[in-house]
Amino acid sequence: MTAAVTKAPAGATAAAITAIPPRPSRAFRDAVAVALIAGGGLAAYWIFPEDLGLLTRILATCLYVLSLDLVLGFCGIATLGQAALFGTGAYAAGIAAVHLVADPILLLVVGGVAGGLMALATGALVLRAHGLTLLMLTIAVTQLLQELANKLRWLTGGSDGLSGVEPDPVLGLFRFDMYGRTSYLFALAVLVVGVVVAQRIVRSPFGLACRGVKEDPLRVAALGGSPRGHLVGMYTVSGVFAGVAGALTAVTSGIVGLDSLSFTWSAEALVMLVLGGAGHLYGAVVGTVAFMGVHHVLASTNPFHWMLFIGLFLMAIVLFAPGGITGGVARIAGLVRRRAP
Amino acid sequence: MQTVYGIVIDGIAYGMILFIISVGLSVTLGLMRVVNLAHGAFAMVAGYLASYAVQAMGVPYLVALLAVVALTVALALPLERLLYRRIYGSANELAQVLLTIGLTFVVVASVNYIFGPTLKRIPLPEFLTGTVDLGPKEIPAHRAFVIVVGVAALLGLWGLLERTDFGIRLRAAVENPEMAAALGIRTERLYAITFGLGVGLAALGGVLGAELLPLEPYYALRYIVLFLAVVAVGGAGSIFGSAAAALSLGIIDTAGKYLYPSFGEFFFYAAIMIILFRWPHGFFQGKSA
Repeated sequence: MTAAVTKAPAGATAAAITAIPPRPSRAFRDAVAVALIAGGGLAAYWIFPEDLGLLTRILATCLYVLSLDLVLGFCGIATLGQAALFGTGAYAAGIAAVHLVADPILLLVVGGVAGGLMALATGALVLRAHGLTLLMLTIAVTQLLQELANKLRWLTGGSDGLSGVEPDPVLGLFRFDMYGRTSYLFALAVLVVGVVVAQRIVRSPFGLACRGVKEDPLRVAALGGSPRGHLVGMYTVSGVFAGVAGALTAVTSGIVGLDSLSFTWSAEALVMLVLGGAGHLYGAVVGTVAFMGVHHVLASTNPFHWMLFIGLFLMAIVLFAPGGITGGVARIAGLVRRRAP
Repeated sequence: MQTVYGIVIDGIAYGMILFIISVGLSVTLGLMRVVNLAHGAFAMVAGYLASYAVQAMGVPYLVALLAVVALTVALALPLERLLYRRIYGSANELAQVLLTIGLTFVVVASVNYIFGPTLKRIPLPEFLTGTVDLGPKEIPAHRAFVIVVGVAALLGLWGLLERTDFGIRLRAAVENPEMAAALGIRTERLYAITFGLGVGLAALGGVLGAELLPLEPYYALRYIVLFLAVVAVGGAGSIFGSAAAALSLGIIDTAGKYLYPSFGEFFFYAAIMIILFRWPHGFFQGKSA
C-alpha cells in the first residue's frame, strides 16, 4: 500500500487501467476523488447558478473541515478550537485587505501564514494536555480570541464585523462579479489545490508518522520519534489550511464576523467531519456538503427543525454508523461486492 | 467597598450555581468517564418545566423545585439505559462528544418547540425577593438561599461519598470498575443511580440559577462550556475540587464583569488557561480522566 503512495497519480491511473488490480491503488483513488470534487463543483456551477453565494461558502467550509480532519482524523487530537485558526486567518486576511494589499492570492497567503502561526503558538502550549483538559484549553483559546476581536473594535470592527474587503481581480484577469461566479470558481480552484496538497501531506513520511502517533504514541517515542513534535507540526499545517479557508471566506464574502471565532463554529466543523467520516479527507467534503445543503433547506423554515434533524442524525451515526457517510457507503459497497459472484 | 462586597456576594452565589450544576457532571465524568455535553440540557429542561409549573400552573416555588428535579431525573433515566450505557469508558471520547451534542440539539429543538423561543422566567416567591439582614450588611434573599443550598449540597455530597455504604461502593468503582464488579458491586446499577444523581443536581442548579443563568433558547449550548470549565479546573470526580473551581471562577467572572464590563468573558477564559497550564489535571488531581 505504501509503495503505491510514492507514484505520481497520473502514472498510477494508467497502470490501473491496463492491469485492473483487484483493489484500486491509493494514488488512483486519490486522483479519482480530486476529479470528482472538481467535476462535481463544476456541475454545481451549471446546475445552481442562482445559489453561487451559498455554494462558495460551502466550498470554503469544505477546506475548513478538511483542516480539522488533518488533526482529528490523522493525529487523533480531539479539538473544539478549530475556529480559532479559521477566524485568525479570516481576520488577518480581512485586515490586510482593508489596509495593505488587495491581491486575492496574496490575501490567502496572509491568512494561511496567520493561521499557521496561531496554530504553532497555541499548539505548542495546548498539546501537552489530553482529553477534557485539551478540549477545554482549545475552547478557551477560541473564546479569548473572540473576546479580543470584539474588544479591538478599531481594528476588527467588533460585533459589527469587518467589512470593506474588496479584493483585486484574480491574477489581474478575473474580476469578482456581483453574481459570485468568479468567487465560486476561485474557491473551487483553491479547494482542489488544497485537497491535492493535503493528500500529499498525509501520504508523506511526516503524515504517516503522525498516524503512528495517533495509533500508539509510546511506541513512536520508543522508536526515537517525537510524538509531541509531530502533533504540533500537523497542528500547524492544519492551522495553515484553516487560515486559508478563513481568508477564502473573507475574500469571497467581503466580510468577517465574530462568529468566525465562535465555539459553535468549531463544534459545527466537528459535526460536519464526523457526518462525512474522519480520517480520509473526502469525508470532510462529503460531510460539509451534506450538512450545509440540508441546513440550507431546513433552516430556512425553522432553525429548530434543523437542530432536531441534525441532533437525531448525529445520535444515529454514533449508534449505528460510526464511520459517517463515507464509512457507511464503504460498508454497503463491501456488502454488495461480497454478494456479487 | 460596596463594589467589592457586591462582587463577593454575587460571585459566591454565581459560583454556587456553577458548583451545583457542574459537580453532577464531574461525578459522572469521574465514574463513567463520559464527557456529557448534554448535562446543560438537563438543567435547561428543568428550568423550563419549573417556569411552566410556576407561571402557568401556579405551583408554589419550593414544591415546583422538588417536583421538577424528580421529574427531570425520571425523564433522564431511560436515556441512561438506552444511550449512555453504550458509550461508557474513556476509549470512545469522540463518540461521547457527538452523541451528547446530538442529544443536546434534540433537547434544545424540542424544548423550543414545546415552550416557544422566548426568554423564560421563574417568578420568585415573596420570601426570596427581599433581603436578609446580616448585622452590618444586607444581602438579597435569593443569593442567600442559593448559597445555603450550595453549601448543603456540598456537605450532603461529601457525607454521601465519604460516610455511607453507597459512597464506598462508588469510590471503589471509580478506582477500578472491573475489580469492583468482581467483588460483587453491581456497577451497572451504581452507574444508573450516579447518573440520576448528576441529573438531579443539574436540574436543581438549573431551577435555582434561573436568575443568574437566564433560561434562553440556546441555554444548553451556551453554558455547557462553563460547566466543562469548572470540571476541567476542579479535576474530574472531585467534589471539593469542583467547589473550589466553581467559586474561584465565579468570583473571577463576576469581578471581571463588574470592573471591566467591555471585556466580557475575557478574564474567565484567561483564568482557565492559566490554571490549566499550572494544574493540567485540575486543582485536586482527579482519580481519572
